[in-house]
Amino acid sequence: MKKDIILAGVGGQGILSIAACIGMAALEEGMDLKQAEVHGMSQRGGAVQSHLRISTEKIASDLIPEGKADIVIAVEPMESLRYIPMLQSNGWIITSINPYNNIKDYPDIELLLKEIWKQPHYVTLDADAMSKDCGSVKAANMVILGAAAPFLGLKPESIEIAVAKIFADKGEDVIQLNLKALRSGRAYTMKNI
Amino acid sequence: MEKLLLLGDEAIAQAGIDAGMSGIYAYPGTPSTEIMEYVQASEEAKANAIRSIWSANEKTAMETALGMSYAGKRAMVCMKHVGLNVAADAFINAAITGANGGLLVVAADDPSMHSSQNEQDSRFYGKFALIPILEPSSQQEAYNMVVYGFQLSEEMRIPVMLRITTRLAHSRTGIKRMEARQQNELRLSSNLRQFILLPSIARKQYRELLNKQTQFEAASLASDFNHFYEHPNTKLGIVACGLAYNYLIENFDQHQVPYPLLKIGQYPLPLDLMDKLYEQCDEILILEDGYPIIEELLRGMLNKGKKIRGRMDGSLPRDGELSPVIVGQALGISQSAGGKVPELVKNRPPRLCDGCGHTDAFLALNEVLLDYGRGRVFSDIGCYTLSALEPLESINSCVDMGASITMAIGAADAGLVPAVAAIGDSTFTHSGMTGLLDAINNSSPITILILDNSTTGMTGGQTSSAYGKVEDICKGLGVSEEHIHVIKPLHKYHDENVEIIRRELAYEGVSVIIPRRECIQTLNRKMRQKAKLKVLETK
Repeated sequence: MKKDIILAGVGGQGILSIAACIGMAALEEGMDLKQAEVHGMSQRGGAVQSHLRISTEKIASDLIPEGKADIVIAVEPMESLRYIPMLQSNGWIITSINPYNNIKDYPDIELLLKEIWKQPHYVTLDADAMSKDCGSVKAANMVILGAAAPFLGLKPESIEIAVAKIFADKGEDVIQLNLKALRSGRAYTMKNI
Repeated sequence: MEKLLLLGDEAIAQAGIDAGMSGIYAYPGTPSTEIMEYVQASEEAKANAIRSIWSANEKTAMETALGMSYAGKRAMVCMKHVGLNVAADAFINAAITGANGGLLVVAADDPSMHSSQNEQDSRFYGKFALIPILEPSSQQEAYNMVVYGFQLSEEMRIPVMLRITTRLAHSRTGIKRMEARQQNELRLSSNLRQFILLPSIARKQYRELLNKQTQFEAASLASDFNHFYEHPNTKLGIVACGLAYNYLIENFDQHQVPYPLLKIGQYPLPLDLMDKLYEQCDEILILEDGYPIIEELLRGMLNKGKKIRGRMDGSLPRDGELSPVIVGQALGISQSAGGKVPELVKNRPPRLCDGCGHTDAFLALNEVLLDYGRGRVFSDIGCYTLSALEPLESINSCVDMGASITMAIGAADAGLVPAVAAIGDSTFTHSGMTGLLDAINNSSPITILILDNSTTGMTGGQTSSAYGKVEDICKGLGVSEEHIHVIKPLHKYHDENVEIIRRELAYEGVSVIIPRRECIQTLNRKMRQKAKLKVLETK
C-alpha cells in the first residue's frame, strides 16, 4: 500500500498539523513515510504545500513526481486547484470551500467551486461551518482530515490515536473537539461518495 | 530502539546530542534553523549541559565552535549557504589550523532559492578549504554522517563539512538512533602552536593540510557513504550525489537502476571508483543537486573525453533543484503529467502578516518619500524584504546581511538624496553595526530605519541578539542622541511618525529611527503558550 498526498493551503493555516496526524498514524501502522514541508519565507501568507508519502515499501524521493499524487488535501479551495498538475488522472481532491482571501485579485468563489466540480473525483465541504457545529471553528483542519481519511488506506483508529497524541498537551477538551471534527468530516465523505 | 519522526535538520541535531557534542553554534537561516531549535528544546541536551545559544552571526558562531574544538570538545556550527560567506574567513582558516575536538560545519544549501537570494553550492567551499565533505541522500544518512563526521574530524584532526539541501533539511521521516556517547574531557592539543597562523607556522600547517589530502581520499574510498553498484549495461554510467540518488532510484521499479551507478556521499571524490566508472561506460550522467562541480571537473576545460552529461550539456536544467521527473527525463524515461492549473488560479506570494509593524513603518516612509521620488531605500534580509512587493513597494535593494547601511553610504557619497537604509534588529547586530560605524566616521547624510520587532522574524522568531540593546549600540557607535528616535509603528501614530521621518531625512548627518513593535507572530505564540500553561495548571 502506497499513498502520495499533497497538502495545500496558505501559510499559517496549519496544513502541517494534518500532515503530522497522517504521518503519526502511518508510523503507528509501521509504514515508511517521508514528508517534505515548506518553511521560511513562503510561510508568510503565501501558497504552501507539503508532499506526504506513506508506504508499506521503502520510499525513495522526498518529492512526489508530477502526475503521481493520489490525493490533494486542501484547506482552501483555490489552493486545491493549484496542485492539479501533481494529481494523477484518477486522484481525489478533498478541499474546504472556505476561501482565504488575502490577495487583490482573488477569483469569484462560485467560479472556483465550479472548476473543482469539473474534476473527476472530489469532496468539497464547508469545513468552517462543520467545525463550528462541533464546538469551535478552530478544528476545521480536522474536519478536512476526516473527509480525506477514507482515501488514505489507514485504519480509522490509527488516525484517531494520532490526533489524540498530537493534541495531547492541549488538554482533554481540545482532544475531544478535534476527534469530533475528525469524525464529522469522515461521516460527510462516507455519506456523499 | 523506537524510531523518531524527525526533520532532516532535527535528525542532525539529535545525532549531535548522541555523538557527545558539547556545544552548537549558529545564526538562524532557512533551511538550517531547526537544527539549533531542536537542541534548544531537547531535555537530553539540557541534562547534558550542551551549550546552545544563538550567535550574533555565522562568523562568530564558526569561531566560537573552533574555540570549543581547541579545548578538545566536540562542536557543531550550523548555517545556511550564504551564512558560510559570512563565516568564510574563519572557515577557510580553520582548515589550516585543523581541529582538536571534533568540529562539524553544517551548511544548508537552498537550490531553487525557496528562501534565499542565491543557490550557491557549499561543496565549493569545502573543496576550497580542502576538507572532507559529507552529503547525505536521506535523513537517516544525515544522522549517521554526524556521528561519523565527528569521528573523522578527530581522527584526521580537521573540520568536516556536512552539506545538506532544503529538501533534506525540511523533510520528515523515521530515524533510528545510535547509542549515546559521552562528551569529551577538556584536552588541549599536544601542539600549542597549532592554532597560531603566523606565516612561518601557517606554511607548515598548510603543507600538512595538503599532505592529508591522500588520507581524506582514502577515507572516501573506504567510506560506506560512497558505493559502486555494478551493472552489465555499460552504455551509460551514473554518478548520483546526495539527495539526487533518491530522485534517480524513484524512476525505477524496485529502485533497481539498470546501469553502473556510483553513489557519492563523501568527498574528496574516491578517484579509483570514478576511474572505474569512466573506463567501463560509454557515457557518464552526473546528478548533482546544486552546481555542476563534479561534472565540470570530469569534462575538463576542453571537454574532449567521453560524453559527460548533466547540467552543462542541457540534459538537466542549469539551475534549480532536481526532482524525480527532471532526473527521469534526463534518462529518457517517459514521465507522467497531471492536468493544467486552471487559469483562474492566481499567484499568492508571501507577504507581511496582517497587523505587522513593518507595514506601518513603511507606509510612513512611503509618504515622506513622495516628496523625493522613488529608488532611495536600501534594505536588507528579513521579513521586511517583503515590502519590495505590492502593495508597499518601498525598498530598492536586498543583497546580503547588513548591506542596507553600507550601500546607503556609497549612494550618499555619489550624491543620492536622501539615502535611506531599512534593516531589521537582528540583521543590524548580525552585520549592520560595522556599517553604522563607517557612516559615523564618514559623516554620511543617511537615515537608517532599524525595524525592531524584537525577534528574528523570517526564520520563525528566534531570540534576537539586538534585543534591548539597539539604542545603546547606536549611541555607543557615535550617533548623536537627538538623532535617535524610537517610534511606535501603529496606524494611530502615522502622522507623528511621518513628521519624524521627514525631519530626519532632511538632516545632513547620520540619523537612526527605530520603529519598535513586537512581531505579531511571536506575540500570538506567547499568548498561546500562556493559554496552554493555564490548561496545564487546571489539570
